[in-house]
Amino acid sequence: MPAIDVCELHKHYGDNLAVDGVSFNVAEGEVYALLGHNGAGKSTAVEILEGHRTRSSGSVSVLGFDPAKAHREFRDRIGVVLQTSGVENEFTVREVVDLYASAYRRRRTLDEVVELAGLEEKVDARVGSLSGGQRRRVDLALGIIGRPDVLFLDEPTTGFDPAARRKSWDLIEALGDDGVTVLLTTHYLDEAEHLADRVGMLASGKMIAEGTPAELIEKISGTVVSFMLPHSIETADAISTFGPVLGGDVRLSGRLVETTVDRATEVVHRVTGWAIDNGVELESLRVSRASLEDVFLQMTEQSKKAL
Amino acid sequence: MVFRQTKYQLRYFTRVPVALFFTIILPLVMLVLFNALFGDNTIETNEGDWPVRQFYTGGLAAYTAVSATFSNLANMVPIRRDEGVLKRWRSTPLPTWIYIAGFICSAVVIAFAGTSAMLAVGVVFYDLSIEWAKMPAAAVTFLIGVGAFAALGMALASIIKTASSASAAANAIILPLAFISDVFVPTDGDSALTAIANVFPLKPFVNAFQACFNPFVEAPALNWGALAFVAGWGVLGLGVAIKKFSWEPSGAGPRGRRAARAATTAQG
Repeated sequence: MPAIDVCELHKHYGDNLAVDGVSFNVAEGEVYALLGHNGAGKSTAVEILEGHRTRSSGSVSVLGFDPAKAHREFRDRIGVVLQTSGVENEFTVREVVDLYASAYRRRRTLDEVVELAGLEEKVDARVGSLSGGQRRRVDLALGIIGRPDVLFLDEPTTGFDPAARRKSWDLIEALGDDGVTVLLTTHYLDEAEHLADRVGMLASGKMIAEGTPAELIEKISGTVVSFMLPHSIETADAISTFGPVLGGDVRLSGRLVETTVDRATEVVHRVTGWAIDNGVELESLRVSRASLEDVFLQMTEQSKKAL
Repeated sequence: MVFRQTKYQLRYFTRVPVALFFTIILPLVMLVLFNALFGDNTIETNEGDWPVRQFYTGGLAAYTAVSATFSNLANMVPIRRDEGVLKRWRSTPLPTWIYIAGFICSAVVIAFAGTSAMLAVGVVFYDLSIEWAKMPAAAVTFLIGVGAFAALGMALASIIKTASSASAAANAIILPLAFISDVFVPTDGDSALTAIANVFPLKPFVNAFQACFNPFVEAPALNWGALAFVAGWGVLGLGVAIKKFSWEPSGAGPRGRRAARAATTAQG
């Protein structure tokens, strides 16, 4: 039995479909990432699984429990790191760990939790005096304090500096290696690629793609051709100029012109030919293998068109 | 577990100077001020002259009990909710009633400490005379009062969603009421203001508590009618609190989220 099983999950707020028929499952010990933009429905879905929100329809099972009904027994076996949630600021790290640990049956010790979260130096500091990143590590510490079988992490590293992110990744990886099932949401593609065994991509409440990071990249089997827009061409004209030359979907981000193609050789030939004919230099011309980011951009682009 | 929660809530309270000041220190300062201003005056009542210190000590002690329960909970609970602390607790296996019980027990302990401090100051510095025969009545009145006002504090915290407006509402309710409820100034028995005050539970509670320090009232000085009225308000408050209580921070609720999304859609 999978640790998390979600089937045809819907959540409506009035006419707004926050989650629109999402199905996925997470095997025991697996690290699964829900990837999507802000407002894609990631948090709503996770909060339904945590038991914080009710669902409109569909079936949901976490460790065999229905989160909407299960209370103490269920909460004793899950760990939750919410996207935003406070801790009693006037308490020290030692005090909050002691206080929150008392709610669980299978507790980790203070030393263990503090070491895992990298808060050794701050045990006796008040939570209110910590930096944003350190507070997020307190969140993590409190999430794993009860030795959860399933850990929910809602955007665990948003707002972290790169070093702090690395540290949190190490912790999440260690938990994953330890057999904990992890469901995390993120809008960082590198985070999903680095941590997750499998990734589900959400856009506008729908699951648009799912698989291991390698499978997802395989799926679009594309090569990315990109270069900086020549200064002689206005950004407004970029797509109309290069669309015919590249012969595919052209994306423009800032001044970077990008397209994902199956047969890169031909396209490169055409675009360099165009450049020579027009006497312009294509700066930063690059031909590279598609990354998870390209998959994501392409998929969300397609789902927008389908709507 | 309730004990541990209560202990932590109390520790939290002692680390928030502003709460400590408004709940315990301010009423004591008022007691000192009123005694300095009115000294050995007496208050004329229907029964006869009543020493000012007996009146103020009883009234302010009752007020302290109300501010430790009603105002304190109506302030602290929405703050914790806005910070997301309530939601975090709801993610843990701690039964929610234990968390709430911790809040309420700590408020009652604070009320007891504040009221006792008030009476102690009255006895030591202002010659407050305590008739022991009336103390059981004072204890019963105190317990029913703090129970009812704690429930009403939770009710207010449930109805009002944001921390800043909850604290304003608590003060807007309790301060004017205190003025017409014999806390700061004795009121005239037949005025329209008294009629208004009698609709709310503060005056009956204050009067019932003051009666325990009024030399013209015979022991045991229990006013069951007033206490039943106060308890009735408490039950009403409890009902509202159970029906309306929310763990979600005000900005992140379904309504807030929808509004936020509507705004994004409008932009896109």
